[in-house]
Amino acid sequence: MNGIAAKRFQESILILEPGRSEKNYWADLWRYRDLFLVLAWRDISVRYKQTIIGILWAILRPLLTMIVFTIIFGRIARLPSDGNAPYALMVFAAMLPWSLFSNALSESSSSLIGNTNLIGKVYFPRIIIPMAALVTAFIDFLISFIILIGMMVYYQFIPGWQIMLLPLFMILALLASLGPGLWIAALNVKYRDFRYIIPFVVQFGLYISPVGFSSKVISEEWRLLYSLNPVVGVIDGFRWCILGNESTIYLPGFTLSLVLIGFWIWLGIHRFRKTEKTFADLI
Amino acid sequence: MISDIVIKAENLSKKYIIGHKSATDSYATLRDVLMNNAKNLWNKTRDLVKGKPVIYGDTLEEVWALKDVSFEIHQGEAVGIIGRNGAGKSTLLKILSRITEPSTGRVAIKGRVASLLEVGTGFHPELTGRENIYLNGTILGMTRQEIKRKFDEIVDFAEIEKYLDTPVKRYSSGMYVRLAFAVAAHLEPEILVVDEVLAVGDATFQKKCLGKMEDVAKRQGRTVLFVSHNMAAVSHLCSSGFRLEDGRLTGAGEPNHIIEEYLSSGNKGGNKYDVIDLTHHKNRICNGVHVIKSITIKGYKARPLVTGQPAIVTIRFDRQKINSHPELAFTVETLLGQRIFSFATYWTKRTPETDFAEGVASCLIQKLPLSPGVYTINVAIGTNDDPFRDHIPNAYQFEVMSSDYYGTGKIPESNHGVVFIDASWHDKDQMAIE
Repeated sequence: MNGIAAKRFQESILILEPGRSEKNYWADLWRYRDLFLVLAWRDISVRYKQTIIGILWAILRPLLTMIVFTIIFGRIARLPSDGNAPYALMVFAAMLPWSLFSNALSESSSSLIGNTNLIGKVYFPRIIIPMAALVTAFIDFLISFIILIGMMVYYQFIPGWQIMLLPLFMILALLASLGPGLWIAALNVKYRDFRYIIPFVVQFGLYISPVGFSSKVISEEWRLLYSLNPVVGVIDGFRWCILGNESTIYLPGFTLSLVLIGFWIWLGIHRFRKTEKTFADLI
Repeated sequence: MISDIVIKAENLSKKYIIGHKSATDSYATLRDVLMNNAKNLWNKTRDLVKGKPVIYGDTLEEVWALKDVSFEIHQGEAVGIIGRNGAGKSTLLKILSRITEPSTGRVAIKGRVASLLEVGTGFHPELTGRENIYLNGTILGMTRQEIKRKFDEIVDFAEIEKYLDTPVKRYSSGMYVRLAFAVAAHLEPEILVVDEVLAVGDATFQKKCLGKMEDVAKRQGRTVLFVSHNMAAVSHLCSSGFRLEDGRLTGAGEPNHIIEEYLSSGNKGGNKYDVIDLTHHKNRICNGVHVIKSITIKGYKARPLVTGQPAIVTIRFDRQKINSHPELAFTVETLLGQRIFSFATYWTKRTPETDFAEGVASCLIQKLPLSPGVYTINVAIGTNDDPFRDHIPNAYQFEVMSSDYYGTGKIPESNHGVVFIDASWHDKDQMAIE
């Protein structure tokens, strides 16, 4: 056997041992891309099955929340908007990333226990499941994007060049949810308590994140501390893209958000991979 | 690794920790209950901090589902794994298919493994048959192109053309299983791991599945690991057999030899084939005198009952309570109460032996004609004048295991009747020969 053939032969052998982590984890993930797409497609196609208004739910939920927030924060509390932007538009520009983040977080963190039957019966890199869950949230996001366009037409608001950068912030919102999502998904396998914690966190987060109000409302000395919430950076970014010059990004805070998002992703992947092999035994 | 070996396992073990609730924890007072709950909460919080899984119960027990299992499997071998429930068969398959990790030991695998531990893994009830073919196929490791190529074949095999675009939640269970197996049957891995999935569906479909398995194992020359309780299937499909007992590999080799060993160990495992005490059996028809003491039904040399193999029915009774020549009879019925056959001393030639002086009557059935399944037996004893002095209608339920009755490798199906007959086919009119 010549050298190359021998090497290929060696590579094709799979060793299963306790505590052994796969060398080709990420390459393996690429090989399972079909499964990723199929799982995402499954989640999307069953999402609104046997409902009457179907996909309209994806529009209705953020729309109603936006109306309520505009009334409470804009009309009743009389909080200032970003520059001259209409208050409703400012709220909705934050509503979009917030629902993307919160849906992605709750979908991915409960995704493993929703796929118990798969985990117990077939092998594939488990990380595919929470990642595929993000796609569902993203599709919902794209649908509710239609409302934004409708609102811009209504207010005759023309966005600046910044809107071109919006896709970057969409990715950022997804990345922000991926880290905690992975970690909690893994924890959920062991401790189902997290199933009850997440809805609470999401509800709570809606009020502490600058969704119903502009982050300029927060006074300067607290601004950096406020940015410890990584969603703050994402929301500010969205507003900057959509509202253009009416909104500004607070750079130190934004950098902090980026660092935190990166840290969470590292933590999430690390914890996930560490416990991944025990999922089938514990779930 | 020698190139011919595709799976090599060394000292494979798998440990599980399970919790028990101690039986003594009946708390008398509210204080005890509160104390205990507080203690539990504290323990669980401690587990959470340490990252240990939450296990309910007061005492923890280590269970070794597999213990020091070592073996080698060669290219193209079809290995049948047999053993009782809980012997570790499924755990072994789960380790080999990478679902769970061994606690100790090591396996080296060469080639892609597809595992079929359940029929229809990942089927979604809301999706249509067509959609589920793609979903399930991908989950089992097929690529999109592969599924596309085999799509028509799969639909053909499953016989569901008409319902392709109906959500599978509207399928009958038969259709569901057929579709699920059809997808799995078209997998083309180098190593196929199958767990008792042939035990589903109706008889015709089961036959089709076995045919497909035969195809994979014998004609395509793939390596197959196959767990089954169907001895006939193992004997027919496999080129070698593994026997697992309490997590240990207690035998490996020629399948029929391994099956023989497994079946003959039947009386060791439990009291399933032991003497059934009927002295105090409540459901009997008698005049206050209990004559029948016990009944035993087993195969030759205390083996389990197998279709086509010898079976022995032994009835023990109180000889003192029968003052003349005893008459015995038993009837075998299906669980639905359909009588299949009876056998009575009254019909056969009376010999000194049938006086049963010791109170033990043993009936030898040369070739058990019953098809695999569960049956009940009823027993009666009496005299010529009073044939039902003691009669127990539902004395005992027993199970008959499947086997290759006609020695052809064709697995008998229960929808063709409950009994097998000894008969043969000829190309001449038998009446004319005689």
